[in-house]
Amino acid sequence: MNGDLLHIQDLSVRFFTYQGVVRALEGVHLAVRRGEILGLVGETGCGKSVLARSILRLIADPPGRIMGGRILFKGRDMLTLPMKEMRRIRGNDISMIFQEPMTSLNPVFTVGNQMEEVVRLHQKVSRKAARRICVEMLEQVRMPDPESVLRKYPHELSGGMRQRVMIAMELSCRPDLLIADEPTTALDVTVQAQVLHILNELTRARGTSVLFITHDLGVVAHLCDRVAVMYAGKIVETAPVDALFRSPGHPYTRGLLAAVPSVDEDREVLASIPGVVPGLIDPPAGCRFHPRCPAARKECEHLEPAGVEVGKDHWVFCHAGRGKVKGER
Amino acid sequence: MDEGVVIRAEGLRKYFPAGASGLWGRRKAFLRAVDGVSFHVREGETLGLVGESGCGKSTVGMLLLGLHRPDAGRVLYRGEDILALEGEAKRRMRRNIQVVFQDPQSSLDPRMLVKKAVGFPLEVNGLARGAEVTRRVEAMLAEVGLRPEHMYRYPHEFSGGQRQRINIARALITGPRFVVFDEPTSALDVSVQAQILNLVKDLQKRRGYSYLFISHDLSVIRHVSHRVAVMYLGRIVETAPRGDLFQTPRHPYTRALMAAVPKPDPARRQPLALLPGDVPSPVHIPPGCRFHPRCPEVMDVCRETEPAPVEVGPDHVVACHLWHGTGFDARRRSA
Amino acid sequence: MPSSTPRSGTDPTGGWRRFREEHAWQIREFFFTLHLLRRNPSAVAGFVIICSMVFLALAAPWVAPYDPIRISLSERLSPPSWHHLFGTDELGRDLFSRVLYGARISLRIGLLVVGIAGGLGTILGAVAGYVGGKTDDVIMRCLDIVLSFPSLVLAMALAAALGPSLRNAILAVAFVMIPKFARLVRGEALAVRERPFIAAAKVSGASHTWIVFHHVIPNCLSSVIVLGTLVVGETILIASSLSFIGLGAQPPTPEWGAMISVGRKFLMDQWWYATFPGLFILVTVIGFNIFGDALRDVLDPRIRR
Repeated sequence: MNGDLLHIQDLSVRFFTYQGVVRALEGVHLAVRRGEILGLVGETGCGKSVLARSILRLIADPPGRIMGGRILFKGRDMLTLPMKEMRRIRGNDISMIFQEPMTSLNPVFTVGNQMEEVVRLHQKVSRKAARRICVEMLEQVRMPDPESVLRKYPHELSGGMRQRVMIAMELSCRPDLLIADEPTTALDVTVQAQVLHILNELTRARGTSVLFITHDLGVVAHLCDRVAVMYAGKIVETAPVDALFRSPGHPYTRGLLAAVPSVDEDREVLASIPGVVPGLIDPPAGCRFHPRCPAARKECEHLEPAGVEVGKDHWVFCHAGRGKVKGER
Repeated sequence: MDEGVVIRAEGLRKYFPAGASGLWGRRKAFLRAVDGVSFHVREGETLGLVGESGCGKSTVGMLLLGLHRPDAGRVLYRGEDILALEGEAKRRMRRNIQVVFQDPQSSLDPRMLVKKAVGFPLEVNGLARGAEVTRRVEAMLAEVGLRPEHMYRYPHEFSGGQRQRINIARALITGPRFVVFDEPTSALDVSVQAQILNLVKDLQKRRGYSYLFISHDLSVIRHVSHRVAVMYLGRIVETAPRGDLFQTPRHPYTRALMAAVPKPDPARRQPLALLPGDVPSPVHIPPGCRFHPRCPEVMDVCRETEPAPVEVGPDHVVACHLWHGTGFDARRRSA
Repeated sequence: MPSSTPRSGTDPTGGWRRFREEHAWQIREFFFTLHLLRRNPSAVAGFVIICSMVFLALAAPWVAPYDPIRISLSERLSPPSWHHLFGTDELGRDLFSRVLYGARISLRIGLLVVGIAGGLGTILGAVAGYVGGKTDDVIMRCLDIVLSFPSLVLAMALAAALGPSLRNAILAVAFVMIPKFARLVRGEALAVRERPFIAAAKVSGASHTWIVFHHVIPNCLSSVIVLGTLVVGETILIASSLSFIGLGAQPPTPEWGAMISVGRKFLMDQWWYATFPGLFILVTVIGFNIFGDALRDVLDPRIRR
């Protein structure tokens, strides 16, 4: 497809540990289009962070290894690029922000020091000019009093401010793709609202594509254009955001949506998905969701479901497929 | 007056020394974690306590549990001041008030068998020993949805949700009447969170426990609570029955909090409420109304005077100048 | 370790099965630790040395060709030969036999000292770290005083004050070693104290003593074991030094340090007398040290997962 900025094909990642081989990702297909915000949802341990890290080849080897597949960024396979090329892409074309910005900021340098360094790494400017650019960057993320923020050390800033500094830094080199790994999970709701707002505004204005990883369906509904749902190392459903929330196709997606308590209505009992997320050392055969699936059939136990297009741009990896979706709700 | 009230907290205050103490050991600053908090919880009721990080909601829980001693204020359990108790009477009282913490993993000793982790409260309180402990642990595990053979396993062999069930079993085994839940599901995934919330509600329905449910997540609070108290910087700014609070929030902070939650429904996508700035640090609390620097409806009076709580509806109390002289209170007085 | 004993005592195989089920995790962890140790060459070397020393010590009565205190003046100071592998001393006693019996004494000293110092130090450290405040200050300042002397010098002074005997030497060395354990455990206890399960135990009505023995100490044990291994080596060295200057084992006890002490006088002409006991001290201490170091690496949770 032409609109694809990033195209992940059949990606498999495994971790080799004493306990056994962890099949963190198996045959993952995913595309991020130009200018869109793609939400990647899933529960703890479903592999969504591994996916994000493999795009930038940040998987520690050992114990992790990318077993196969291709990651096409602007048509070039990132898995075969030499490390030197890869480093140029990181930070220039693809940026990444993490849940805890403290891990990416050096505690012994001021924010100004670190931001200037990033600016001067990419642009040949004087220190003074770099300083000015930093102030502009901070103003763009609505940081009150940027001058004083630059003089501060990371630990003197609140979580929300640190995350804004990170966004400012990562977007300063105008990447084509921003990978955001649970960037608002550690923040309070009122601060999360600010950060989401800034992220939305800046990336839309510049046409930056975003791969937004989260477990919060509210954030997805609010921010994203398309959604991919992951379960146990596999993508189970991809859909435009409206379609996903209006007519979720996969039983897992439906379970997830029903399990979220709502601020707007009173529900007596929450629907919960029975059982627990399977371990990835010895995942269930066939469809990985079948032991917990209310609609499981015979073939689910041994046959991996193929993708079915149940609506425009709406793919579901489930044996129940189309009929089920139309039949229910 | 206290008919049917399990726990009543009156004027609780807890300051922690903060920052560098002066050169000669004089404290310069205090972190005012809890600054005059009063509330009550009725029999069989859940009071939800909601607020952002650093608002002091967890400290309130600690004060009720006796893990911190308040600098001022009283905690009454069925009318009895529990802070005044000593020795054996104190121990017997404490049994009635239990807790489930946020992180299911670190609330369990990794080197302790589940059987002991659940059963030790019986032993240390002299309530049971030997085979009796085993029998009661087994019954308790069944109650929270675990199997008897789970007794002989270690915490790390369980998933997060199961671990939280073990913690609930430990809290309930001595037969308390009142349980503090301190963010019990924030470390869990949504599908597991739903299981735990259902269990907590179900236990209440079957056994009539009273809960103080502390959380930062409004949707969770709405799901479990009968009444809700909203905290901001060490104070309760609004208390109301659940329905009232969510339909007609009165305090500007409560409203902002609700409008800042992204709704899991793209059809009702709307701009999230943007409060300016961050939550101020509890060391430097703004004068007057604590919320005034971020309040969209700030008035002159807010900068100087701390608003007193006013009753604006049945059981609905707000501490905000906007409602002074306009609310239920005024109407009732004129009638 | 958690104190859960299998309930059914009648059927031995059932009891074993139950034990295996209840302790499945420990068993797995144990084998995992073994697996990691096997891949660590210095651990294997240390383990082999320790095992052979233990074997020699236990088997000394059968392996040793002579009675270690049998005097045979006709054979005095004979060089190593097939009759006397390590030669004989100035009273004609077989040095090989004496060195083997010496292993018994040294290992016994090591274990006793680690037992006493480890036990007391762990309890002191756990109490100091868990209770904190004034108690912590008092305990730790007292231990700091002990630590501020070089351990050998302090042990010498104590042993001299108590009077020269093997028992007093053991007590002196144990006393000197207490702060090492206490400091380590205190550090860990400080961290354990903040974990939520401690708060939960308090709310459930557990007393401070109960918490120290059931939560704090079990969570510090693996580091205590590592330190214990290292301290065995150091203890053997100090105890030998004490014996060397006449403050430890008294003649005719075949103690390595005491043997070197006497052998020193003959070092110029009868090299074997002091050399073999010295070699055994060296090898044993190295064995314990490298095994302890490897154990520390292997038990480090950051390396494990």
